[in-house]
Amino acid sequence: MSTLAATTSRRPQQRVTSLRAAKSEWIKLVSLRSSWITFAASVVAVIGLGVLISYFTNSHWSEMRPEERLRFDPVDRSLAGINLAQLAIGVLGVLVVTGEYSTGMIRSSLMSVPRRLPVLAGKAVVFAGSTFVLMLGSAFVAFLLGQQVLGTHGTTLDAPHALRAVIGVPLYLTVVALFAVGIGFIVRNTAGGIATLFGLLLVAPGLGQLLPTSWQPHVLPYLPSNAGAGVYSVRTDPGMLSTWSGFAVLCAWAVAALLVGAFLLRRRDA
Amino acid sequence: MIEARGLTKQYGDKVAVDGLSFTVRPGVVTGFLGPNGAGKSTTMRMILGLDRPSAGSVTVNGRHYAELSAPLHEVGALLEARAVHTSRSAYNHLRALAATHGISRRRVDEVIDLVGLTDVARKRAGGFSLGMGQRLGIATALLGDPPTVVLDEPVNGLDPEGIRWVRDLLKGLAAEGRTVFVSSHLMSEMALTAEHVIVVGRGRLIADTSVEEIIREASVNAVLVRSPDAAQLRAALAGPDVTVSSTEADVLQVTGLSAAQIGDTARGLDIALHELTPQRASLEEAFMTMTRDDVEYHGHLAGEAADTDAPALEGQGA
Repeated sequence: MSTLAATTSRRPQQRVTSLRAAKSEWIKLVSLRSSWITFAASVVAVIGLGVLISYFTNSHWSEMRPEERLRFDPVDRSLAGINLAQLAIGVLGVLVVTGEYSTGMIRSSLMSVPRRLPVLAGKAVVFAGSTFVLMLGSAFVAFLLGQQVLGTHGTTLDAPHALRAVIGVPLYLTVVALFAVGIGFIVRNTAGGIATLFGLLLVAPGLGQLLPTSWQPHVLPYLPSNAGAGVYSVRTDPGMLSTWSGFAVLCAWAVAALLVGAFLLRRRDA
Repeated sequence: MIEARGLTKQYGDKVAVDGLSFTVRPGVVTGFLGPNGAGKSTTMRMILGLDRPSAGSVTVNGRHYAELSAPLHEVGALLEARAVHTSRSAYNHLRALAATHGISRRRVDEVIDLVGLTDVARKRAGGFSLGMGQRLGIATALLGDPPTVVLDEPVNGLDPEGIRWVRDLLKGLAAEGRTVFVSSHLMSEMALTAEHVIVVGRGRLIADTSVEEIIREASVNAVLVRSPDAAQLRAALAGPDVTVSSTEADVLQVTGLSAAQIGDTARGLDIALHELTPQRASLEEAFMTMTRDDVEYHGHLAGEAADTDAPALEGQGA
């Protein structure tokens, strides 16, 4: 008791700021083992898978069919790990939010930041920022190692669109991270959040193929993963949006999810 | 100071809290009592800005919780449901919350030490026992050294030593002039801790009074007297508003006279007294009497159930 009494008067009263809320989110992110494991998995996915695919492309070059060789791009090969990495980043993005709801931590978070929005903003900034930095490094490593492994079939960063595609990897994954956080705040449940995210990212493009042919051009290019694919690819699929319009559409999905999430966070009982 | 005015919370058709108005004052421990399902936790969640009232309002030190610029320095809270990420250590949990207010690591160590969790502070909170979880919750509540603390069932899961520790802690906090608001469904625990109680049942206010007052109202004001000369004393005590009953030869049950009056009378007649005990109804009994009609979930005896069900069945007639 004396501890409390003695400290009552001299303790400085500091207010909550957005920066402090973000710092709190940083501590939360790095103090969970699952964050480290999942981030590590995404790094391994981008670098490991990129190198592995590049290696097999090189070693099985003679078996490649002519049309395959025509579609081959050394940059895209070395960055192929992004498809796996988005699973790790997406799951972690949802979990960063829903993990708080499933454990009740969200109540502590919202009691310490009762305006609530700084919690969402802090999570988004910290998680997206970490993703960008980590994936930027991973993409460069994957590219450089991949080109080494591709040997004579490899290229350099000076190749057309190569640098843009490499930087496109962290850009795409960062927006996926934001999209996942937004969905987490909307759904608030881990299983539901992950299902929603990957339903939109991975399942919707396949289902879209079943639409009437005349509808497809109005739907398929605007699905988040299709729209965002251009930014990390040298070769883009015909019928898809141009690189930066597509990226803008992906960003719009993420912004929409965050806005709805923010609205619901303010409105709903915790 | 916590002030609720017409506080109401509705979930669909169900009214969890129904027009509650009360004031929790600083300097004393105020108990918040009610059977399970009475709306205590919902009320506390509204105080802490987690749930939005359907009607009415509640303020802490004159302001809504959501408007507080440094809430941890104003109100410390422990909620009944755990509010800790199970995979994070107690230390990191507190450090993350402290960071929102720029509270130092030294203070984090201080509260960990205060609640006696120093040895396990670096371990996953998910592995904590219920009692350790409660201690971590109390550490969280005290982190910002707040003048107001709101605790939902703080002694839940604590061992007797822990219960006593919480009791002393709460009294100490109140003695320092803080506002202490503690919920419980155990009247006996509140009797030892609180000076003032707010009693609710089915979301409505049943009583807002001092513990003393409740005991006084509940007690039958009987005095138990044991004396070798019981018969002689009985005759001497007889009076218009006095009733005396006896179950044993040397025991009297007196109502209408205070223990002092009986003692004086006995001394005047030179009668020896072997016992002179004011009989008070226990707080538990008082509480049961008060909330009998407002208990959400009754345990029925077989006979009772049959009685109440029978007319309903006849009435249906289909």
